[in-house]
Amino acid sequence: MSTAGPSQGARPPQRERREATQAGHPTNIIRVQRAYGQVVEGEAVVSDEGFSPRYDLDRWSGVITKPGHQLEGTSIVDRICFFPTAKGGIAAGWAFYDIKWKKIAPKAFIFGVTNPVMVQGAIFAGIPITDGWEPNPRGVVTTGDWVRVDPARRIIEVIRKQA
Amino acid sequence: MNLTEVERAILAGMRGEAARRALEYQIRVAEFWGAKRFVPVTNVHMMGDIEVMGEGGLEWLRAATESGARCVVGTTTNARCIDFAHCNRLGQDARAVAQERELIACLQRMDVVTTDTCINYQTVYQPHLGEHVAWGDTGTVIYANSVFGARSNFESGPAALAAGLTGRTPEYGFHLDEHRRGTFTVEIDATLDDLADWGAVGKLIGEAHQSYFAVPVFHGCGRTPSADELKHLGAALASYGSMAMFHFVGVTPEAPSLDAALSGRAPLERIVITNADIERVYRGYHLGDGDARLVVFSGPQQSLLEMKRLAELFDGRNLHPGASCFVTTSAGVLAHARKLGYAGKLEEAGVMILEGVCFYILQNLSAMRIANGWTNMVANSAKIVNIIGAHRFNTILRRTEECVEIACSGVLK
Repeated sequence: MSTAGPSQGARPPQRERREATQAGHPTNIIRVQRAYGQVVEGEAVVSDEGFSPRYDLDRWSGVITKPGHQLEGTSIVDRICFFPTAKGGIAAGWAFYDIKWKKIAPKAFIFGVTNPVMVQGAIFAGIPITDGWEPNPRGVVTTGDWVRVDPARRIIEVIRKQA
Repeated sequence: MNLTEVERAILAGMRGEAARRALEYQIRVAEFWGAKRFVPVTNVHMMGDIEVMGEGGLEWLRAATESGARCVVGTTTNARCIDFAHCNRLGQDARAVAQERELIACLQRMDVVTTDTCINYQTVYQPHLGEHVAWGDTGTVIYANSVFGARSNFESGPAALAAGLTGRTPEYGFHLDEHRRGTFTVEIDATLDDLADWGAVGKLIGEAHQSYFAVPVFHGCGRTPSADELKHLGAALASYGSMAMFHFVGVTPEAPSLDAALSGRAPLERIVITNADIERVYRGYHLGDGDARLVVFSGPQQSLLEMKRLAELFDGRNLHPGASCFVTTSAGVLAHARKLGYAGKLEEAGVMILEGVCFYILQNLSAMRIANGWTNMVANSAKIVNIIGAHRFNTILRRTEECVEIACSGVLK
């Protein structure tokens, strides 16, 4: 069984992306479809697994604690978090505000495909958030890289690769 | 964004500061999604409890209440995290209990009807076909969109409350026809005798299609599913897949036929679910250290008919020594269940019935797990076995009758 959402279906096929890179497009830039918030810079955390602040996160430490989550044991505090999908819950709305108030919020959420709750929650908390990416960050950014999110220009730049 | 005269008046502060700020916030959300206008809503269902809001959220709520915030449409609350009758026995923090009381008082001053139920669609308000509402939690939204044919996005606490204060919500997502058509089909070639089987279908489909805009179209089945079966299916789809809508041919109002549900388009995928797939789900759970001392019927709260069934299964039996079994339901259902003798039978067996809460959002749940030495949690809800993970339970889905057997025998198989 494969993922079947229209936003994924709307993405360019693999071959076109390779051609774009060969034509000299910068390889340190990810373009996003939708974005909210101020320009922020920070250390990237990149996950292949989706995210829910209620299911996966310890909301007192900012560490992902769900057993078996790809980022189990990783802190998202002050990081710029890349997640392919949003999981479940309505709780993100208040949870993002709560973690911001406790000063354990990430600097930004970067989603491949998100849902309204994540967006409503991030905007309520004043945390930058983006939805839809091209290309997939996996080939561009790795955990530990320093990145800049520019919501107004709808781009994410890798400023410095980790040593 | 096109604003009406009323909306411009709200922005100008004609309905007070709280409504003005709420609409400003809604406009930012609307702009993110490219909504062109607002739609009026007739009903709002919001999540608001101290466990999820935290002290920061409570502080915000106090300020909003002081600024004169008042809901302009019927606004109800979702299940919360404190059971006031059992908080001492559960070891819930006295401070959080006091904060929850204050939070409820704030909401009531805003004209919020604190129903504290996640099954509002079974007990409080049933919107009609095409009616725009602003609901959360996810289980309520998928039920509204799918079974009633009403229109709602997932509205988180602040977004739903904003809709209550302004009487409108941005028109995007499932308010629009284009997102409501089915995107793939699922043929049910399985028996699905128990509520847990329906949750297992939701898990299989949701896990494999994690997208808010994926809309499965179910067909086959050969019988009409009950409201509780559709509730468990929907809750699991929303939980595992972040989905907000499904169609069920011949059952849900926007699916008189497969073709109609797909709006004449070809499905992106065709899936068949068999009994073997369902059995594979049950076999997929690791039994950990075999701990069988915690069995939960919650997430979503139990309907009256679920209470009746549990009362029949527990009738004349007792929990295994050292075992705990929790049932959560709404105040209304519990009153009815008491009158009918169902609650009494459950309590005689040693089951603890919690009111107005959901087990997985209970304040202090991690501490409760540690204090009791629980490692496993057994449940008949596919949703709750998914979402309780952050509290570090090993979770196991079993059919309703098996759950009761585990609670009474202490044997986990």
